[in-house]
Amino acid sequence: MISVNIYRYNPEKDSFPYMQTFEFEKPKRDIMVLELLNQIKEKDPTISYRRSCREGVCGSDGMNINGKNGLACITPLSTVIKKNKLDLRPLPGLPVIRDLVVDMADFYAQYEKIKPFLQNDTPVDIGERLQSPEDRDKLDGLYECILCACCSTSCPSFWWNPDKFVGPAALLQAYRFIADSRDTKTAERLQNLSDPFSVYRCHGIMNCVSVCPKGLNPNEAIGEIKSMLLSGKNKENIIASDAVS
Amino acid sequence: MSILNSSNIKTLEFDVLVIGGGGSGMRTSLELAKSGLRTAVVSKVFPTRSHTVSAQGGITCAIASADPQDDWRWHMYDTVKGSDYIGDQDAIEYMCSEGPKAVFELEHMGLPFSRTENGRIYQRPFGGQSKDFGKGGQAARTCAAADRTGHALLHTLYQNNVKEGSNFLNEWFAVDLVLNKFKEVTGVVAFAIESGEVAYLKAQATVLATGGAGRIYASTTNALINTGDGLGMSLRAGIPAQDMEMWQFHPTGIYGAGSLVTEGCRGEGGYLINKDGERFMERYAPNAKDLAGRDVVARSMVLEILEGRGCGEDKDHVFLKLDHLGADVLNAKLPGICELSRTFAAVDPVYEPIPVVPTCHYMMGGTPTNIHGQAFKLSSSDDDYIPGLFSVGEAACVSVHGANRLGGNSLLDLVVFGRAAGLHINEALKSGGGVANCDNDDIDLALHNLNKLNESSRGYEVSAVKKELQEVMQNYFGVFRRGDYMDKGVTALTEIREKIENLHLKDKSAAFNTNRVEAIELQNLFEVAEATAISSLQRTESRGAHAREDYPDRDDENWLCHSLYDPTTKVLGKRHVNFEPSQVDAFPPKVRTY
Repeated sequence: MISVNIYRYNPEKDSFPYMQTFEFEKPKRDIMVLELLNQIKEKDPTISYRRSCREGVCGSDGMNINGKNGLACITPLSTVIKKNKLDLRPLPGLPVIRDLVVDMADFYAQYEKIKPFLQNDTPVDIGERLQSPEDRDKLDGLYECILCACCSTSCPSFWWNPDKFVGPAALLQAYRFIADSRDTKTAERLQNLSDPFSVYRCHGIMNCVSVCPKGLNPNEAIGEIKSMLLSGKNKENIIASDAVS
Repeated sequence: MSILNSSNIKTLEFDVLVIGGGGSGMRTSLELAKSGLRTAVVSKVFPTRSHTVSAQGGITCAIASADPQDDWRWHMYDTVKGSDYIGDQDAIEYMCSEGPKAVFELEHMGLPFSRTENGRIYQRPFGGQSKDFGKGGQAARTCAAADRTGHALLHTLYQNNVKEGSNFLNEWFAVDLVLNKFKEVTGVVAFAIESGEVAYLKAQATVLATGGAGRIYASTTNALINTGDGLGMSLRAGIPAQDMEMWQFHPTGIYGAGSLVTEGCRGEGGYLINKDGERFMERYAPNAKDLAGRDVVARSMVLEILEGRGCGEDKDHVFLKLDHLGADVLNAKLPGICELSRTFAAVDPVYEPIPVVPTCHYMMGGTPTNIHGQAFKLSSSDDDYIPGLFSVGEAACVSVHGANRLGGNSLLDLVVFGRAAGLHINEALKSGGGVANCDNDDIDLALHNLNKLNESSRGYEVSAVKKELQEVMQNYFGVFRRGDYMDKGVTALTEIREKIENLHLKDKSAAFNTNRVEAIELQNLFEVAEATAISSLQRTESRGAHAREDYPDRDDENWLCHSLYDPTTKVLGKRHVNFEPSQVDAFPPKVRTY
């Protein structure tokens, strides 16, 4: 038997959250944590959690699994269960709406703050903007983010200042546009991040890297942003100074 | 919980409601964002969680990058042939000729396409693609961002909606359409999932962009949220559905898990093998081989399995071989597939083949519309619309896919027709179009089902009935179909109907009640399943994805037409196929071989 302890909280009924234990026959084959949750929900349909693609690309089912953030749908039970015990809690640091569902408004607000869209005012007459394969390669490891919030909600700096520290997920996306050879607003983007909180609250503890279910490295992107901010150099003025020399 | 009625719920008024925040909905809303019309996107999940995110291989379009001579007319020819000649040629012409503009526009918005050496968008070969109207061999026409094109496209669309300040009602669930006494659609009743608050969302135009309903089957590549909510609502309101027998079974779903493995794998040079290691598609499609139409490949795989040449202990799947492509190609072109395969099949494609099986993937049918997204009434006329109702994307049947969709055409469909609907609605509403107000009774009627669920004190369990429904569809309406089996299926569904109308909602609470969402999703699935079953039984021929053992041949004399399902009488009517493109001559029906 395995015991699955699930964080329960229904604002209409509960003054405080509590852990509810479900005893389960150990599955014969290794299953994903989401599948286990679905089986529990068949028995108790009052458990709430988000889920959609069930294959690790939509980012709905980020949760805290035995103490570590991850996506339930691509986390095999065998890799997380300890002594036949599994604790499932909502992502830390965000307000809980109900059970495993958190309010992600702060997280999305930070994403919007970095202007997560390509900016380039030069019109294109026909066809696409050209980009060399080498320049396109610079976006690998950046654009794949699924906004699951596993990283930002594992970051103590984000827990403290979710309104002022942009957090690893949105910073990774900030760098995704800075790194894009087609984007012409690097200086503005950096300016937008130059206050003491937006980037500099990152102290490089790398929780974001260790939990990212897509294997991305926000810490490295943050490092790039910091060094561009400190050196004053970015791809636009480097190109400009190259042109002068 | 007290009984909901028009006087105790609030009204939120908009010009346009877009129901669904996937690719087609967000392309529609993006077009409307610049119009000044008050638009709301009603999405049951945060938009980037929509199923468009799972699309992998790419968006098919003649942008003439891989082949400078490429021509949208060739793409049109392939699509008409792929549809087994019941795709509407005016719509296919529009999609293929407008396509390049739509793809370049996505690139300008920032979509991180993979690139060729000269900096252009990378294109890969996909199934059913040819040069020179089938005479010039395999084409490479699918524009790709590695094997994560859907993710890149959906995020790009969301990002640009943020840029343009679109208004999202995220995690709101639309329950039922509201129709006034003139049978015009005046909006929906919906609830905020987070708070449980119910509202009448009033609008002059309501766009169903609710995607597919692959979850009617037990085995599907579709996300758990693909429950056909728009079609469920419209069928309950007596609005017809077209070509519902046409369901695409994707050849390569991961055995057991159902996750999609892109056709791009075969486009990049992968191929299918049976237990003897034989590349069996060479027998079934000597020219196109593994890149024949999806319906052809899926059937060939099932035949291999039925004839005892399947792989594994139970000989119930085949293998997709990729290792000969080498680690470099796999990591550069198919990184997501490697990831999925390791996670869900415990197989590393660099060294071993992936176990795959045909898996329900795409709904070619849907709400019949013209190229502007206007929903047709139940009539054979081409200008008989339901005022106020529009549909785009997989939820709609415009019909560019006919009886079988070509790979990469769904993403193109989303952006081309999402944009077209947005353009049309903007113009129509600004020139005074719109609908009359509804009465309070009309709102009360739309609340009836939700009230009934909320009041249920006993009845059938949602999860058990869902399983039963999915098993019936899987067993009786799969890749191969037979009249006597389907008869049994239809009878089984009649019994399930009684359960669907008497579901027990165990959880009555307000905040983030997913039990309530799942109950209504199940009711929507049922409507789609019933339409599918009856349409499948009554189309007495084999065409595209609809393959009948008892009627193995295509019957152009009787069935070169759309089927039109009337949910009120449950009778299948017919609708003519458009053979009148404006810029080219129509492509007449031919024997379809690959």
